[in-house]
Amino acid sequence: MSGTIVLKKGLDLPVTGTAERVVCKSIVPRTVAIEPSVFKGLSPRLLVKEGDAVLCGSPVLADKTHPEILVTSPVSGTVKAVVRGEKRKLLAVVVETALRQEAAAFSPDAADAASVRKSLLESGLWLQFVQRPYGVVADPDATPKCIYISTFGTGPLAADSVFCLGNELGAMQAGIDALSKIAPVHIGVQEGAVFAGLAAAGVHCFKGPHPAGNAGVQISHVCPIAKGETVWTLSPEGLAAIGKFFQKGKLDLRRRIAVTGPAAIEPAYVEALPGTPMTELQGFWGASAEGVRIISGDLLSGQTVGAEGYIGFRDNQVTLVREGTEKEYFGWIRPIRWKQFSTDRSYFSWLMPWRRYEMDTNLHGGKRAFLMNDAYYAKFLPMDIYPIFLVKACLAGDIEKMEKFGIYEVLPEDLALCEFADPSKNDLQEIIAGGIDLMRKEMA
Amino acid sequence: MHPIFEKGGKLGWLHSTADAFDTFLAVPGNVTRKGAHVRDAVDLKRIIILALIAVIPAALFGMWNVGYQHGLAVGDPRINLLGNWWFGFLHVLPIYVVAYAVGLLIEFGTAQIRNEEVNEGFLMTGFLIPLILPVTTPLWMVGLATAFSVIFCKEIFGGTGMNIWNPALVARAFLFFSYPNQMSGSQCWIALRKGETMLDASTGATPLALDGAAQYGTSWWDLFLGTVPGSVGETSVLCILLGAFLLVWTGVGSWKIMAGSVAGALLVGWLGHIGGVTDIPAWMQLLYGGFAFGTVFMATDPVTSCQTECGKWLYGLLIGMLCITVRLFNPGYAEGMMLAILFANTMAPLMDHCVVSVHLSRKNKKLKTA
Repeated sequence: MSGTIVLKKGLDLPVTGTAERVVCKSIVPRTVAIEPSVFKGLSPRLLVKEGDAVLCGSPVLADKTHPEILVTSPVSGTVKAVVRGEKRKLLAVVVETALRQEAAAFSPDAADAASVRKSLLESGLWLQFVQRPYGVVADPDATPKCIYISTFGTGPLAADSVFCLGNELGAMQAGIDALSKIAPVHIGVQEGAVFAGLAAAGVHCFKGPHPAGNAGVQISHVCPIAKGETVWTLSPEGLAAIGKFFQKGKLDLRRRIAVTGPAAIEPAYVEALPGTPMTELQGFWGASAEGVRIISGDLLSGQTVGAEGYIGFRDNQVTLVREGTEKEYFGWIRPIRWKQFSTDRSYFSWLMPWRRYEMDTNLHGGKRAFLMNDAYYAKFLPMDIYPIFLVKACLAGDIEKMEKFGIYEVLPEDLALCEFADPSKNDLQEIIAGGIDLMRKEMA
Repeated sequence: MHPIFEKGGKLGWLHSTADAFDTFLAVPGNVTRKGAHVRDAVDLKRIIILALIAVIPAALFGMWNVGYQHGLAVGDPRINLLGNWWFGFLHVLPIYVVAYAVGLLIEFGTAQIRNEEVNEGFLMTGFLIPLILPVTTPLWMVGLATAFSVIFCKEIFGGTGMNIWNPALVARAFLFFSYPNQMSGSQCWIALRKGETMLDASTGATPLALDGAAQYGTSWWDLFLGTVPGSVGETSVLCILLGAFLLVWTGVGSWKIMAGSVAGALLVGWLGHIGGVTDIPAWMQLLYGGFAFGTVFMATDPVTSCQTECGKWLYGLLIGMLCITVRLFNPGYAEGMMLAILFANTMAPLMDHCVVSVHLSRKNKKLKTA
């Protein structure tokens, strides 16, 4: 193992609502939703219709361009509804869970690259991969430069991966062994974590504040992506699921999910499946969800799903936060705003690093043009990138400049902290996502 | 906001204006819609108000100095703290009223036309314009210059944050080139009441214009305190340092730009001194004229300065060196700060481009060897 890579730039958001390290509930959801919108780059074709019986692991959706890419059901039961939105866009396939869970039988083979690929595609585990650049579904015909797994999250209130996966090291190792057939597997670990004991082509130790746990940040330090190269990333949960699949021949996506956030009542962990409806977590927000934003993911890059939504396919965290709809009289001119957090030295929260804040979703200001210069934002991005130059290139739609300034290396989540700190209140993640979409269209 | 100002309301066309007052009174209850769900408590209003607070000591002192210089000129050299200040206040206040009225009117108007929120940028610009003008500048000129700079330096580029040059300096440059008689010489720096005349013995010219201040009895201490004639806010290096401290402490102003500018000025000042171009020691150059004010409040404008850290050093150095070079080699116009900053503003994107290009080519090389 190489020496620890210490990242200085970034920020650990001091927000209240860390989940206590106990599993307070093991959820067997009554329904599970499969939402294709999570899989960027997938154009879904429906393989089932309402009323069909499915097994855990049987295909529900397939990709139109690569029909071998399958989305499979995480439970057995019957297809209850196919939810469509505008222009009949497929939003979700809802599966009602059967009382007796039956899993489709696979005979996974980890002998060589081709058989690993085939097994992963069949089981739907292929969708655990995120292909960089662009953060899309991995191309089954491509061979990546490496497969990268960051074994820890540093986002606000992130789930503790040692608590979630500490006793699945065997499965994770099996996963790494299987994936090594496709490409060298590199993992990023936190200093002193048990995952450092895993055997992989590269085990890289990182130390530092968020976004040190982002795969993109780690990749830029250990195997930077040049034009024309691809790297696949996956979550440690995904890796464990792949390992279990090769060990047992069954699809098992159950994972520990941290329910966190300033608005969560007794935040703790639950055991659930991706696609579990939020209604199963109702105890965490009490009688009424009014005034509470329910997010699948973290406070910086998660999706607002609401009480009627579902836990995202790749998420291991649910965050509950109050909507900040209250006005604050003369807020911006007050010398001290005790309850507000700011990284800017025009407030005093930097003098009290021990404090935790009960943040809400207030924007704290109006939208403006970029006024502060690049260095103001670069404090939050431990990558060799000029964030505002990149953002402006995306705004201008200038492909060459986007390429030059590093669009291949980032996903929107990497700039989430810059967005948090932006005094001009621009939606940087959306701008980067727009840039990525343009790149995909132009480079296709 | 009152529903009458909402879109579709009777006064819906005043939406931007109503919104500006509304958000002035309170941080609105707007919530995040996309991206990061929580946001930093800082906004541009906060940053700009801080920059403005940093200028206040210089502004207050400047007003006092207007009264003090008037006293000297009419033969009353007593230091009357409140009396002098009040005299200055009464003379500077109309300039403020005109600058803010004209500038904000245009800001609100354009925001209304564009249907955007009103930008705070002019709060700062309007605060700076009176401080860099001679106190005797006719009010119609102040209005004209403000209008010119807000429209042609800012709004046509897209408003605050999009401008290339510092708007306050553009206003001054406009007046300087259009009405040079009112902007320099020995008459313009002293405000007089009607019927008063200057004593023959007193000279109203700024120490900088006189060059070789020692022979006129202007000590470095006077220059440091600021009890010399000059534009309203520029004279007191002490008060400007107070502002600089606040700007650097809060990180609103870049210390790199300030340090670069001082280093550049010292370098050229020193070269000039040992080369025999001037008798003034290098460190004295820092106390003269608008150098301190420009370095601290004008050069550090984040919109028009360099974006990159390395670029900030270059940008500061360029300003300092150019300013002193103009002072030393251009006897006709001794104050080089204004044009030095405007020139550096122009060059800032180029400097950034060079810094970024060098950085990227180095990164690409590393990528290829990796």
